[in-house]
Amino acid sequence: MNIVDRRLNPRGKALENRQRFLRRAKNVVQQAVKQSLQSRNIRDVMDGGEVSIPLDGMEEPGLRRGLGGVRDHVLPGNKTFVEGDILQRPRGGAGGRPEKAGEGDGEDAFRFVLTRDEFLNVFLDDLELPDLAKRKLAETEHENPTRAGYSVSGSPANIAINRTTRLALMRRMALRRPNAETIALLEAEIADCQDDALRLALEAKAKALTARVKRIPYIDPVDVRYRRFENEPKPVAQAVMFCLMDVSGSMSEHMKDLAKRFYMLLYIFLSQRYKHVELVFIRHTDRAEEVDEDTFFHSPATGGTLVSSALEAMQAIIAKRYRPDDWNIYAAQASDGDNSYSDEVATARLLTEAILPVSQYFAYLEVGEADREFSSRSALWRLYERLRADGAPLQIRKVSHRSEIFPVFRELFQRRQGHERAVT
Amino acid sequence: MSRELLFEGADWNFGTLQRIHDACEHIALNELGLDVYPNQIEVITAEQMLDAYSSTGMPLFYKHWSFGKHFAHHEAFYRKGLRDLAYEIVINSSPCVSYLMEENTATMQTLVIAHAAFGHNHFFKNNYLFKTWTDADGILDYLDFAKGYIARCEERYGQIAVERTLDAAHALMSHGVDHHPGKSKLDLREEERRERDRRTHEEQTFNDLWRTVPAGPGKSASDLTVERRRAALGLPQDNLLYFLEKSAPRLHPWQREILRIARHIAQYFHPQRQTKVMNEGTATYVHYRIMTRLHELGAISDGNFMEFLRSHSNVVFQPSFDDPRFPGFNPYALGFAMMQDIERIVTAPEAEDREWFPDIAGKGDAKGDAMTVLRDIWANYRDESFISQFLSPRLMRQMRMFHLCDDPAQTEGVLISAIHDERGYRRIRRQLAREYDISWTDPNIEVVDVDLAGDRRLLLRHSIVNGCLLEEKTAAQVLQHVADLWSYDVRLEEVDAAGAVLKEHTASPRAMTRAA
Repeated sequence: MNIVDRRLNPRGKALENRQRFLRRAKNVVQQAVKQSLQSRNIRDVMDGGEVSIPLDGMEEPGLRRGLGGVRDHVLPGNKTFVEGDILQRPRGGAGGRPEKAGEGDGEDAFRFVLTRDEFLNVFLDDLELPDLAKRKLAETEHENPTRAGYSVSGSPANIAINRTTRLALMRRMALRRPNAETIALLEAEIADCQDDALRLALEAKAKALTARVKRIPYIDPVDVRYRRFENEPKPVAQAVMFCLMDVSGSMSEHMKDLAKRFYMLLYIFLSQRYKHVELVFIRHTDRAEEVDEDTFFHSPATGGTLVSSALEAMQAIIAKRYRPDDWNIYAAQASDGDNSYSDEVATARLLTEAILPVSQYFAYLEVGEADREFSSRSALWRLYERLRADGAPLQIRKVSHRSEIFPVFRELFQRRQGHERAVT
Repeated sequence: MSRELLFEGADWNFGTLQRIHDACEHIALNELGLDVYPNQIEVITAEQMLDAYSSTGMPLFYKHWSFGKHFAHHEAFYRKGLRDLAYEIVINSSPCVSYLMEENTATMQTLVIAHAAFGHNHFFKNNYLFKTWTDADGILDYLDFAKGYIARCEERYGQIAVERTLDAAHALMSHGVDHHPGKSKLDLREEERRERDRRTHEEQTFNDLWRTVPAGPGKSASDLTVERRRAALGLPQDNLLYFLEKSAPRLHPWQREILRIARHIAQYFHPQRQTKVMNEGTATYVHYRIMTRLHELGAISDGNFMEFLRSHSNVVFQPSFDDPRFPGFNPYALGFAMMQDIERIVTAPEAEDREWFPDIAGKGDAKGDAMTVLRDIWANYRDESFISQFLSPRLMRQMRMFHLCDDPAQTEGVLISAIHDERGYRRIRRQLAREYDISWTDPNIEVVDVDLAGDRRLLLRHSIVNGCLLEEKTAAQVLQHVADLWSYDVRLEEVDAAGAVLKEHTASPRAMTRAA
């Protein structure tokens, strides 16, 4: 008899089958996720959940008999029947046995639980990183030397000392190179020796040994090994997300809430795609400062509005902490659209010359009051629209209600069409 | 002989399992005279159990979305606490692999070792159906081959094409078994080697020139008579998968191999479908005997024995027909009751038993034990023949069986056509046996004709029994799969005993598969 403990086997053996199932059920699962999103708080978007999907296209048909025809059953538990009794059919007529509650589950609908990752994947499925031509994850922009065994040639700086001495030792032992102690011992014996004949023999032996030592070098060029390096492509797997927000008096709590939700979605989206995502919060009035998240959303500030101040701060932080070669830079700006007229030139210059060239993506979200239509176009909106028309890779959208966040987000990240990519 | 307790309380470790196994083995081999494959006991987690559930209990299986679907389904039920998992799963292989859940208490582990590692194991090794149709030595290797083969196909021909073929093969699995042991027993290792050799041969003898050689005018098939044409194709053929594998005109070789794999797997499981009652009855009877004996020997404490009795009586619980929990006959309950009944007939027969079962009544061995008779029954019957031979009047009375006949022509209602009395015994027994006869319960569908010279339409026939037609929706779906494999039109006729066609289904191959 043999006892095997399988509990230690790697988990998730069923995972691949599950992924195949989800792929096959993709459309219906997506529909179900959309429905379940309507009833859940965006905050909970990171949780998984149970979804129910129709079994369309998921059936496993077999050749079975249907209803109808003469049916015979042998059943246990007769209490009062005698042969020849006739029982009333249950309502619905032919069918024989009464249908039982709970039977036939999984016939036309199918309920199961999606994990958090699966849920998010479905949620984010047809969203794609915007214009990744510059630094796509899969692309091999960055190369890193990594160790790849040993070689017999190389630069002296890369000599593998351990390996070299080991090989030398092996060679010396194989060729029986006498070691220093043996010779020293022999010398001592010669010095002590009184008998001439013996001394002569010993001296001859010592000479032979010394000659052998000379013939067999301590380290031979054939022993030398160098550490070998190969350049391995290293994907840039980290991203930094700049949240810029106007916190001047004209921004209401409602507007900030909208902006926050947008940042959250962006954050989820990025943390799906990158191993490491950092957040930088920059709030600005007529001057900008980097703050922590809590201050960013909750602490009030007063002043005028100078958008260029935030962009300047962002530029400084990028220069100081986030080398564009190592980081994917995303920025999302939220504002009610106010900007002082005199600031326009500076803003445009900063954006087109400093920010956009290093950013993967720059989105501007104009937030408004729930009950108010956007009547006129704001100063900032007009500016960004003009920049966009000139070909700057900017995304701009307007949002005035919570329910519009998600569609806007989707729109922003929708797979771009070919011609649009050509423009940007 | 009295012995020390095998364990105390509910906890166990691998040493305990070993002791339990050895104690059970001693009783099973020496006292019950069982003959088993070597045992392999594997301890698994709930997740692994769910996994085993979804891939038909086998430890390794090829990848297919439907297994993922079953897994998700079982998991949803399990997480909600609506459904418990089985205590064990046992595989008909040599060595015989039994999976034990890690959550089981020591008593439960004893129960399942006795049940699976000895009861089922003995049945697998000795029942004639398993001996004829399954290859316990080769199954795990064959599944490994199947898994690898299908994975390689996916690499070469794309996941979608393979998935489509597998979908079709799965839909036809219930009609992909041979029912008559005309052919030699499957040797699954040989199967694997055959496929490998065939491919190497193809690769070695590949010569692109053959493609350019113009094909001569084909022999006209029109002069073949209908009879000869059918005979050449081996028609009528009730093994649809076999027929398609051998005769479908446009399948790729790898698709044929996949059909073959599905067919072999269906064949492997076919005996289990035919012996549910006997298999579970045997295992339950064996665990009951072993547990009782262990308790008698003092190897199990009274408290643990009570725990065993509780779960044992849950397992063999049979609700009556009007109970909301009634799911049909519980194979454990019916099987165990019959085994115990046979034991009674052998050891302490009454006048009625001597009249009904002259061959076994009072024919126990020297010690007065029923095991010799039972072992013989376990080896030589399947559910249908077992019930029609050994269901006793006494058990029918005890379970209060009755026969209900629901004839749509009878407008007043459903007729009680027999009950557990002198007039009804034989009818009830015949009817119950029939319900366990797979060839009676599965619709009988055959390939009857194909016009290879003409439009190549494939003709299937369903011989209707008791006026019961196929379920329309699924029949259409399956027929679609058949058409996709066949690559030409397919027609399915439903024909009653008088030869009248009651219904026709047709299907044409989908464009996608045609292009593939």
